[in-house]
Amino acid sequence: MHGLIARTLQCFLQDTYGQSAWQEIARRAEFDATDFEAMLDYDTRIVEQVLDSAVLRLDKPREAILEDIGTYLITHPNNEGLRRLMRYGGVDFIDFLHSLEDLPGRARLTVADLELPELELTDSSPGQFLISCHGSLRDLPGFGHVLVGVLRAMADDYGALVILDHRGALDGAEIIDITVVETDFAEGRDFDLAAAPPIRREAAS
Amino acid sequence: MSLPADTMDTICPLHLQVGADGRVRRMGPTLRKLLSGRCCRGLPFADVLHIYRPKGVSTLPGLLEMAGRKLQLRLCCGPRMTLKGLAMPDGEGGALVSLSFGIGVVEAVRLHALTSTDFAVTDLAIDMLYLVEAKSAAMEASRTLNRRLQGAMLAAEQRAYTDTLTGLQNRRAMDHMLQRLIRSGERFALLHLDLDFFKQVNDTRGHAAGDRVLQAVARIMLDVTRKEDLVARVGGDEFVILLAGLVDTARLSELADRLIRRIERPIPMDGALCRVSASIGIALNDPEAGGAQTAEALLEHADMALYTAKRLGRAQHAFYVPEPVDGAQ
Repeated sequence: MHGLIARTLQCFLQDTYGQSAWQEIARRAEFDATDFEAMLDYDTRIVEQVLDSAVLRLDKPREAILEDIGTYLITHPNNEGLRRLMRYGGVDFIDFLHSLEDLPGRARLTVADLELPELELTDSSPGQFLISCHGSLRDLPGFGHVLVGVLRAMADDYGALVILDHRGALDGAEIIDITVVETDFAEGRDFDLAAAPPIRREAAS
Repeated sequence: MSLPADTMDTICPLHLQVGADGRVRRMGPTLRKLLSGRCCRGLPFADVLHIYRPKGVSTLPGLLEMAGRKLQLRLCCGPRMTLKGLAMPDGEGGALVSLSFGIGVVEAVRLHALTSTDFAVTDLAIDMLYLVEAKSAAMEASRTLNRRLQGAMLAAEQRAYTDTLTGLQNRRAMDHMLQRLIRSGERFALLHLDLDFFKQVNDTRGHAAGDRVLQAVARIMLDVTRKEDLVARVGGDEFVILLAGLVDTARLSELADRLIRRIERPIPMDGALCRVSASIGIALNDPEAGGAQTAEALLEHADMALYTAKRLGRAQHAFYVPEPVDGAQ
């Protein structure tokens, strides 16, 4: 598994629950190194163990933690760079949804060996969308729940009012229902093309 | 030109139309933004665009002659940035010039606070900005890892070259330094120091006391030598000191005696006093005076001199004296 994903899990736990919680979770997961490195590869098993250990320590369902990770990725000040990259997807939330199918390609452009599940967007009726994550169950279990958190946070970022529902798996794909109630519901956050990209602060250092 | 103005503005926001009279007839919205009202419609196009490559162009026929070729240009009354251009006849005697920021797009966006609506949706400019930001983020992650690895490597290297008990350098560090001195052809002295009566301290007062004696002796050696000298613990109670640039035997004798006198001062230990002394063997590497030597030979010579010092009754130093070569007399 790509270190960026493992590192995200670590930074989420450190930034949200504190250094000592992270250390305890890592210890219980029998993760020997003190940190995941973003640019190294890890055995998927050890990352799963850390996640399982977090479920026990935080006494929270796995799905809820995964969704929180998605929200954290967009809203935490440490991840401002990523929020900006996501905002390149479109000028409003609907536009952004239409760009989601490009997401794995965009990720690969940046980090060539970062493989994200293929996404497919279907719009059934106006304001009603369905996203299928193909292959996520096999390669990146829980990706769909992280995506729900990301979408929820991005809707807030654009100031849109949406209803999200993870519908479980169908034919090996995770299915997410999206209802866009209003695109201009609230004041969104700024996205200025000319803003200097912030350098990500290292949570662990 | 017969296309609606809105069509031109949307498909090519950074364009300029030149009429058959060679004057600017219209400019796209992004170009107007760049010029911020400084150059207006009606001016000869050469007063707005300074085309300098492939060659200077100032007349309409000259511009049309360049049709289809890549032009490099600057705005006469705008920011001093280079633009790429492409001119084609408009079918009505004039020309249509399409402009692009090229590689300077990141800078242009910052300078002019451009937004995504300033670019045609088919323009790759926004994707390029995305890539630049994404690449800097990925690069930063890589650099963070490199910095951490570098720190870990330095720490590991430091540990690998340090004797943990005394904080002196260890045998590996000494070998390294010795090789370097020999390679660079420097003059230096190698002192091989061995403690006398150390075994008695260990036997009568225990290893903890022995360790403290070693630490005290290490401090003395650091005190008596210069900062650039290397002091290494190479065995239980054996030390090597490398003194770069110093081959004067009188000064070396004085240094060795001072070392021995300091080491002989009783060391307070749990209300009692520990007494040790030291013997020192000295070998010189002086490439200008004699032939250059190998590290092994130098260590062996210092060891032989140390043996001499011990045989003469300990607590003293001796220099290595080369044996006369057979047939030299």
